[in-house]
Amino acid sequence: MAVTETKTKSENEAAAAPVEKERLRRLLAQGERPAAPSAFASARAFAWRSMLKIKHVPEQLGDILVFPILMLLMFTYLFGGAIAGGTGDYLQFLLPGIMVMSIVMTTIYTGMSVNIDINKGVSDRFRTLPIWRAAPMVGYLLADMFRYAAAGAIMFGTGMVMGYRPAGGAVGVLLGVGLLLVFCFAFSWVWTWLGLVTRSEKTVMSISMSIMFPLTFLSNIMVDPATMPGWLQPVVENTPISQLVDGVRGLFDGTSPSTAILTTLIWSAGFTAVFGFLTLRAYNRK
Amino acid sequence: MTRETAIRAEGLVKHFKDVKAVDGVDLEVPAGTVYGVLGPNGAGKTTTVRMLATLLRPDAGRAEVFGRDIVEDAASVRTQVSLTGQYASLDEDLTGLENLVLLSRLYGFAKPAARSRAADLLEAFGLSSAGGKQVKSYSGGMRRRLDIAASIIITPKLLFLDEPTTGLDPRSRNQVWEVVRTIVGEGTTVLLTTQYLEEADQLASRIAVIDTGKVIAEGTPGQLKSSVGAGSIKLRLHHADQREHARRILAEALRAEVELDDDPVALTALLLPGQDNAMQGAHALGELAKAGVLVDDFSLGQPSLDEVFLALTNRVEA
Repeated sequence: MAVTETKTKSENEAAAAPVEKERLRRLLAQGERPAAPSAFASARAFAWRSMLKIKHVPEQLGDILVFPILMLLMFTYLFGGAIAGGTGDYLQFLLPGIMVMSIVMTTIYTGMSVNIDINKGVSDRFRTLPIWRAAPMVGYLLADMFRYAAAGAIMFGTGMVMGYRPAGGAVGVLLGVGLLLVFCFAFSWVWTWLGLVTRSEKTVMSISMSIMFPLTFLSNIMVDPATMPGWLQPVVENTPISQLVDGVRGLFDGTSPSTAILTTLIWSAGFTAVFGFLTLRAYNRK
Repeated sequence: MTRETAIRAEGLVKHFKDVKAVDGVDLEVPAGTVYGVLGPNGAGKTTTVRMLATLLRPDAGRAEVFGRDIVEDAASVRTQVSLTGQYASLDEDLTGLENLVLLSRLYGFAKPAARSRAADLLEAFGLSSAGGKQVKSYSGGMRRRLDIAASIIITPKLLFLDEPTTGLDPRSRNQVWEVVRTIVGEGTTVLLTTQYLEEADQLASRIAVIDTGKVIAEGTPGQLKSSVGAGSIKLRLHHADQREHARRILAEALRAEVELDDDPVALTALLLPGQDNAMQGAHALGELAKAGVLVDDFSLGQPSLDEVFLALTNRVEA
């Protein structure tokens, strides 16, 4: 391995021409200074960077696309019979929930990416640029929206093949996925903050998993909370994840669940405000 | 005409837990020059640069970059400076071209302008043919060049170069030096940290020597050298058994201290300050020739910055 690498590097070095001083002097003398980019334009540039990373390291999409399909197949065919007495009915109940679960789970990757970045020299450069301070993080989140939408589409497609039919129609499904993306965008700020204040990506991973597991399992994703002990029901029904699942499931089913949608939007605004603030504060102090 | 001041720092302090990384650093860097910050590993060079580049908040003291406070007006300081860190400040997963396009976009260039600026920079730095490859695959020298290219997408008024040649082979190092000279030639101020005395000597017009978080000496390379002594004449004799004889002749002719080196045929005479080094050298050689001492090789030199550095750090420890 090492030998190959050395060879590539020396080949590259041979390919590098000497510095052209005259050309360099002309470039320095141009002194062109365009107006600083808008907050949105700089965030978009960072989103483009994330998309390029997907292009260069496509393996990172594997987790995000394969994991949700496995979850869907596993829960439907392994537990469907036991929980709902048949896989067809259970799929109808499970699909919106499992979509929320798999996609919300993948938001933790954002925290890990932020943590990896901040420990590398490249973030020193970003932090000395005269740009909107939140731009690198917002850029990540924008690119993540694309990954989440892709994961959502794949899960939905697989579900359709397995026999899922949304009563809410195309509009209901699009609105449901839209609500999920809004929540993911807001919820990711928890991880960007965690990514900035923890020491390594492994710490980010272990802390976020220990939050995500109880949060997704203590919910209405797999089973109706009515089957749980009475003392547990109010807790489970009121977590942000359960509210989101109610909203998405209702939209998919065409029942316009306005309370759940409103609650989810309030949670989203809260996460963005609190953890967005904490993220920026941590970023500025880093 | 008085020269503009690029950096004025007073009593900068930064602690990390119990360690005082920077312990009261004062700097005054005139605009349009290369200012060298010289010191061994762990002396506080990088921490000082990171504070001046708005990456770290000082715990005490204050500093201005072109009259803007690095804490209060950090955003405004960022419009004046760029930083090439000790470890490549680039995205390794992206290609060289993509890195430069991304940064050009972040400086506000529209897409076509960003592409052409990136391509021009790659060409000027001799990296056109590597532009489409991921930075991961670049050699140390190529990375450094790309990193510096990224720092001059917009010609900065002040460029921080943190150990720009550490770990580079001599050829790459010379290229970086040429680039630094060109950049300063166009009016940018450069603050360069280095642990190589030769590098500071070659590039900097003023040098601050830092050790254990403090500036222990400041001045032009010439001033620093003459603070240690005038210089020396080094000799290698043909016969080792003539060395004692030579030592006596030199001591008498130069009225100076003569040291015997580890090498049994070599000796060093310290020259007297305030007199012409070449004249003293010629006189010494003449006396040796008259006495029949055979000299294979001799050299005449100012004290090296190495000697300066050792002298300064010993003085602080004593």
